[in-house]
Order: sequence, then C-alpha cells, then structure tokens
Amino acid sequence: MAEETRKYTLEIWRQKNANDKGGFKTYPIDDVSPDMSFLEMIDLLNDRLARTGEEPVTFDHDCREGICGACSMYINGHPHGPHQGVTTCQLHMRSFPNNAKIVVEPWRAQAFPVVKDLMVDRAAFDRIIQAGGYVSVNTGSARDANETPISKEIADEAFNAAACIGCGACVAACKNASAMLFVAAKVSQLAILPQGQAERKARAEKMVAQMDAEGFGACTNTGACSAECPKEIGQEHIARLNREFLGASLSSKNVGDFKLIKQ
Amino acid sequence: MNRELKSHIPEGAIAEKWDNHKFNIRLVNPANKRKYNIIVVGTGLAGASAAASFAELGYNVKAFTFHDSPRRAHSIAAQGGINAAKNYQNDGDSIFRLFYDTVKGGDYRSREANVYRLAQVSVSIIDQCVAQGVPFAREYGGLLDNRSFGGALVSRTFYAKGQTGQQLLLGAYSALSRQVATGKVKMYPRTEMLDVVLIDGKARGIITRNLITGAVEAHDAHAVVLATGGYSNVFYLSTNAMACNATAAWRAHRHGAYFANPCFTQIHPTCIPVSGDHQSKLTLMSESLRNDGRVWVPRNPADKNKKPSEIAEKDRFYYLEEKYPTFGNLVPRDVASRNAKYVCDEGLGVGKTGKAVYLDFSDAIKREGRKYVEDKYGNLFDMYQRITDDNPYETPMRIYPAPHYTMGGLWVDYNLMTTIEGLYAIGEANFSDHGANRLGASALMQGLADGYFVIPYTIGNYLAAEPYKVEDTSHPAFSEAIDRVKERMNRLINIKGNTVPDDFHRKLGRIMWDHCGMSRTGDGLKQAREQVRQLREEFWKDVKVVGTADGLNTELEKASRIADFLELGELMIVDALDREESCGGHFREEHQTPEGEALRNDEDFAYVAAWEYQGENKDFILHKEDLAFENVKLTQRSYK
Repeated sequence: MAEETRKYTLEIWRQKNANDKGGFKTYPIDDVSPDMSFLEMIDLLNDRLARTGEEPVTFDHDCREGICGACSMYINGHPHGPHQGVTTCQLHMRSFPNNAKIVVEPWRAQAFPVVKDLMVDRAAFDRIIQAGGYVSVNTGSARDANETPISKEIADEAFNAAACIGCGACVAACKNASAMLFVAAKVSQLAILPQGQAERKARAEKMVAQMDAEGFGACTNTGACSAECPKEIGQEHIARLNREFLGASLSSKNVGDFKLIKQ
Repeated sequence: MNRELKSHIPEGAIAEKWDNHKFNIRLVNPANKRKYNIIVVGTGLAGASAAASFAELGYNVKAFTFHDSPRRAHSIAAQGGINAAKNYQNDGDSIFRLFYDTVKGGDYRSREANVYRLAQVSVSIIDQCVAQGVPFAREYGGLLDNRSFGGALVSRTFYAKGQTGQQLLLGAYSALSRQVATGKVKMYPRTEMLDVVLIDGKARGIITRNLITGAVEAHDAHAVVLATGGYSNVFYLSTNAMACNATAAWRAHRHGAYFANPCFTQIHPTCIPVSGDHQSKLTLMSESLRNDGRVWVPRNPADKNKKPSEIAEKDRFYYLEEKYPTFGNLVPRDVASRNAKYVCDEGLGVGKTGKAVYLDFSDAIKREGRKYVEDKYGNLFDMYQRITDDNPYETPMRIYPAPHYTMGGLWVDYNLMTTIEGLYAIGEANFSDHGANRLGASALMQGLADGYFVIPYTIGNYLAAEPYKVEDTSHPAFSEAIDRVKERMNRLINIKGNTVPDDFHRKLGRIMWDHCGMSRTGDGLKQAREQVRQLREEFWKDVKVVGTADGLNTELEKASRIADFLELGELMIVDALDREESCGGHFREEHQTPEGEALRNDEDFAYVAAWEYQGENKDFILHKEDLAFENVKLTQRSYK
C-alpha cells in the first residue's frame, strides 16, 4: 500500500474507426496511484481528456474482475501486459516503475478489425462457437445430472479448458494470429466429457473450418498463446484439438463442405 | 392509468400450483410458433437461456446485448455456486426446504407461489447444465460435489471452482449460439435498448441504439422480454460490471411497468475494501470463503494498526461466532454486512481506511492443509493477492461490504409479465423471488429458472391469444419513439455543461450509500431525496458530454444511463421511506429489536410495494400487493 504517486508517458493507439489509418499519440500522465488498476489509470486519463473536451480513449472493459474477457490491451508488446495469468483489468500500476514509458495498442489480427482506438471486433470468436461449440441438447431433455459419473480428473481437465474467457489474447500473442488455443479450449472441453461424444467429430471439423474461414493464421506450435493466456490454458489442449481434428478427418461421416456461419 | 395488481397465482396447494398452471395455460401449436416473434433484451443467464429455449420451441427471436458478445454478460462474474434441491448429500434437503429457506431468508417479503416454483425447477437446471457440458466440481467417485452456502444448513450448492457463473453462462451462451446458427435467433450485439414501444397498451417492440454507429432503430415483435439485470450501479461503486445499468427497466417503468420494492438491495459482506478515490468498481470475493474463513476484528481499537499475526487469540473479536453461535460465520448476507458496519462504526475496523474486517483462513489451513484451501479457493486467493498485493495464505484477507445485487425490480405476475401486457421481466430485472434479501447461490438459480423453465411456458399463454399479424415498425408509435430517443440523445449532447457524467454518478452513489445503503433513517432518507432531486436538476443543466451522437460515444452512453439512475435513485429512497420497518437488506434504524436486529412489521408491511410512474418530478403512486403466507410460518428470523 504505497502512498506515493507516479508519472508515466503513455503512447496510445488512436484510430477513429475501422477505415482510419490510426497512429500513436503521446499522453503524459501524473498522479497515478500504484494501487490503481491499469484500466483505472486509463479512466484517469479519459477523465482528464473529457474535461478538456478531447474525446476519451475507447477501449473494451466491463467486469474488471478478470472474467468477462472484454478488456484487450496490448501493453508493451504483451497482451494484457507484463504478468502471466492476468487480464488488463487485474493488472496494477505497481507493476510499472515510476516514469516508465508504456505503449498501449489494440489486438492486432486480420480477423479482429479495429472498431475504434483500442476496441476490436471479436465476433469471429462467436461465429466459431456457433459453428459447433456446443452440445445439442434442448431445454428439458436432460437426464438426471448424476446419472453419468465423470471422474474428477476428467471434470477438472474439462474445467481447465472451459475456463477460457474468449478475450483473444492468444490471437494477439501469436505471430500468425492463430486462434488455435481458443478453438482447442472448447473442442478439448467437450471432447473429453461424455456429454460431448455424439457430436465430437463434427464439432472439431466444423469449428476448425470456421476458424480458417475467419482469416486466422495457422498454428506453428510456438506456444506464445499459452504463455500469454490470462487463464493459462495449456498447449495440451492444442495437441488434443490436433488429435480430434485428424481423427475426425480420417473417420467422420461428414462429407462435403460445411455450411459456414456468415458475418 | 391505474391498473389493479393481479398476481395470477394459480389455485391449489402450493406443491400443485405450477403443475396445474402448466396444464391450464394456453399452448401455441408447434407449427404456429414460427409465426410469433419475441424480443429478448439482455443475454446473461436469464436472457440467453430464455432466447435459446424460445428458439428451440420454434419462436423467432431477436436477442439484444450492449456487449460485443453474449458471453460477456455480468452473470459471468458470479463465483460461488447455484442452489438446487437435489438432496444428493442425503442431508435432509427437499424442494420444500429450499422453498422454506428462500422465503425465510428473504425475510418474508417474497411471493410464496413463485418461490416454490423456483425450488421445483431448480433440480432440472442442474440436469440441463450438466447435459450442456458444464464442468461442475465432482467427487472422486465421479458424482457431483456440493457445498453449503450462506444461510443454509444443508449442502445444496453446485459449483465450478470459483467460476460457477462463468460456466453456467457459457452453457447458456452455447445453447444460444446453436440457435443463432440455425437462424432462429438473430443476435444484435453492441446494441442498447433505449425505449419500449406500446401499441394499444401492449408491448410491441423496442427502440435501440447501435453503440458503434449511433444508429437509432426500431424492432417489432409480439412480445418483449427484459433480462437486463439489476441496478446496484446506482451506488456508483458496486460489484456490478461497469456497464450494468437500469435503463431498459426504467424506460419500461416510465411507460407503465410498475417498479417493485426498489429499496431492497443487497450489500454483499465479502468484498475487497476501497483503496482510494480512483476506485472504479469493487471486487467481490465469493462468500463461500465464509465456509472456511473466520471473520474478526481486534477487540481493542488500539490494536487495529498492529499486524494481525501480532494480535493474540483472546484479543480477537470473532463477532459473528460470538453473536450467532448456531450460524456463526454463515449468517445471511444482510446480517454479516450490517455487523461489519457496526464493528467498523465502533472504531474496530482495520486497514488504511478503517473500513474493513479480517477474514482469516489460518485455522482452515492448520486443520485441513494448504492444499485443501488452495483447491477450494485458489483462484479467489490469487485474485485477492493481485488486487491488494497481500498474500491471504499468510495474512488474513481484509473485506468490507459492497452493493452487489438488487432484489427489487420490475413487478411481475406469476407468469413473469409486468403491468404492461406482453412485456416480461426475468432474472435480476424482476422482483419476484428473493423478497427483502437473497440467499447465496440463488441468483444463478433464479436467472436460469426463469429463462429455461418458466418463461418458455408462460409466454405461450399470452402469445396463443395474439394474432399472427400485429403492427410492425411502420406504425407511427415506432417513429414517434425513435424521435423521442434521438431528441433525448441530442439534448444530452447539447447541454455542453462543465461537469462530466462520472462526477454526477459519484455524487449520486455517495448519497445513496450514505442514506439508502446498509442502514437507513427517516431523516436521512428525506434529506437524500432532496439531494437527488437537486443533483438531477443540476445534471440536466450542467452535464458535459464530449463527442457526437452519430458514432461510438461512451460518454454519451454513460450520461444516458446516469440520467435514469438519477430517477431510480429517488424512487429507491421513496420506497425506503414508505417501508417503516426493517426487513432483510432494508434496515431502518428506527425499527430494531433491543438486540439491534431487524424488526419487521408484518401487520402493516407484508406487501410488495409496486410503484407507478406519473411523470418527471411527479410523485410516484404506491400500489400494494398483499403477501399471503400459507405454507411458511412468519417468524422473526433468528440466526443465534
């Protein structure tokens, strides 16, 4: 609980809309408390901008508890900043030394076009889920929850994959802007649970087809995605996705092209 | 327009009401369902589950969210769990017990029939979620694990680490996504509802603003469902997400939907204390922590700046355990919160601001080992450490209450319809199930109960009597509403005052927290009402909204929501003034027992206060729905 306040030089990406070229703008900021979260520091900047009549910096954020996946800043070359396992909203200014220069950019990926400033459009993720990231069970048709025992190991492993918050840091971290970790998390969760078996093969194929159609890059097993994932979703899920996809393409009964989800 | 409040509670014994009702209500022929359009506003637990279930039945759904994706709704942040009367633990739970606990926990201000139905459908929710692939915690034998949760003496809470809300929302989101793919649901992300459109007294559509382009648009439907959450952000600082707001509900209220029990707000006992003026929101720590953590403050005010480890056991005041030996640290939320306030008001609070109490895990770590605590609460401990820079494995957490949930909301009948025909409210947006206080792990239950298992039935009863062809957006009521919304946006932009929206929000929050928070007095409330009115006047003269209305403008979004909070805040105060008793989250200092416990007045106040809007700066009209308790005996709550 340090009492002193700090000064920083912020280099923030400003871009009016998707068609604007955009560029960095420098903002010195002082009176920053080390107990502030990174977003509260941006709030402070925006508050000052609003008072002087300049348009505040637009950025996505909401829960500020690290779970909604809305916040998405690329800070000093890292999605969600310097720490592992942390979203931007849970990053605090005590992590930045006094007088530091801090560069803030939006996620950079063809499949995530910039909406304005630091806000990007991640609807591609929704479409990938729509392509097959579910178990087809209508409301009311479920059987008793304890009818099928699931070993604790499997339940825990499924949970680890399901912890994905859909923020897109994996894409932003990847030199190829690949969405493999995001897709793998959902495929892996449902592939190992008994409830996911009926659609297991089709799911892997459909989600991968949608991922490719969205313009995400290929996976070259660099591992930056897991290293930067705020929920620390591991590479084993990508391995499982590869296995699921390969197995499905050898043995599935799906023929022809998949109906892709349109924008 | 004075409507009589008809709750439409079905006849029969409590356990038979829902079954009777399902049999008696009208059905829509499966082949005709595609001729009906339903608008769902909000896609959190209640909205996503309702939208998906409607589409599965065959209705055409338009679903709206102001987020970029339904997966970001604030339901996602719920940590602790979801209740269900499964009795898997063989510890005496039953539908009747869950019902009883919920009515009692709500301090006898909820509607029995609704609560019983909630307990009934709770069991199906768990089945549904497991079938979707929700990875609930399991025991080694592979069966579902349960824990007990604030206010309950049975283990009926299902959970997925400290991320239950996330997993349930992702389940509902996946069901919704599946329907988006089939084309039965059309999603409108980053779109905010700013008005409801009534034609001949019936809800026939909404007006929205596209948050990216600023375009104001009309959407028609046969029925409109609001699943827009609660209004805790009226306090400025709360555990709600930044964008949570009351605008959709308040716009409906202004058109004739009564607002029920607005003063019933829940202040959650276990949040991370405020660290400074920069604070933008408060972070909740799941109250499941109270299962293993012990709450205390130093007995001696002189000890409060000492390190907690330097304070001897005998000098620690475990105030909940001492005052409430049966329930101890597991007393309901309102009791835990108020007691934290009392010890801090007595000068025993700890931390920089003196507004915090300790939540100590050292006994649990000693008893069960660090691994046990890590498995159960690991992610919460990590979160705490990130925010505060303190390690809770080594030193007790510091916690303080914060606004968290609103039991009040739009008045609805047993079918979840508001006082506007064809307009429904589900989840936290309605008032119906939690009375004056909500029990832990019951919000997720209610959101999903309403969305999966109640409204898919009850909406059919209304639609079955509606013509397939109804007025569409070419009706003048839509263009008039569009003009109204545009005019309001322009008005906000054109004030060009000197005070940014957040300043008004902070001021409003301060007034509400000081006078309409954990503890309330008649004098304080009267004073607060004047202050809110003044602040509102000032707002419309002096707010400064930078940017324009024809594009993405977060300042404009904020200003528009704050304008509604400034009206709702006054109604909360009016309601708190009217309710001359203490019950649940509503504590009037004038009404307490000699021991300082909430003193209910069942003789005069066993009613739902449903308020009617009359116009800007006009008094609200109170309508009362009398509450009958036929199955639960009214007793003074006691957690001693």
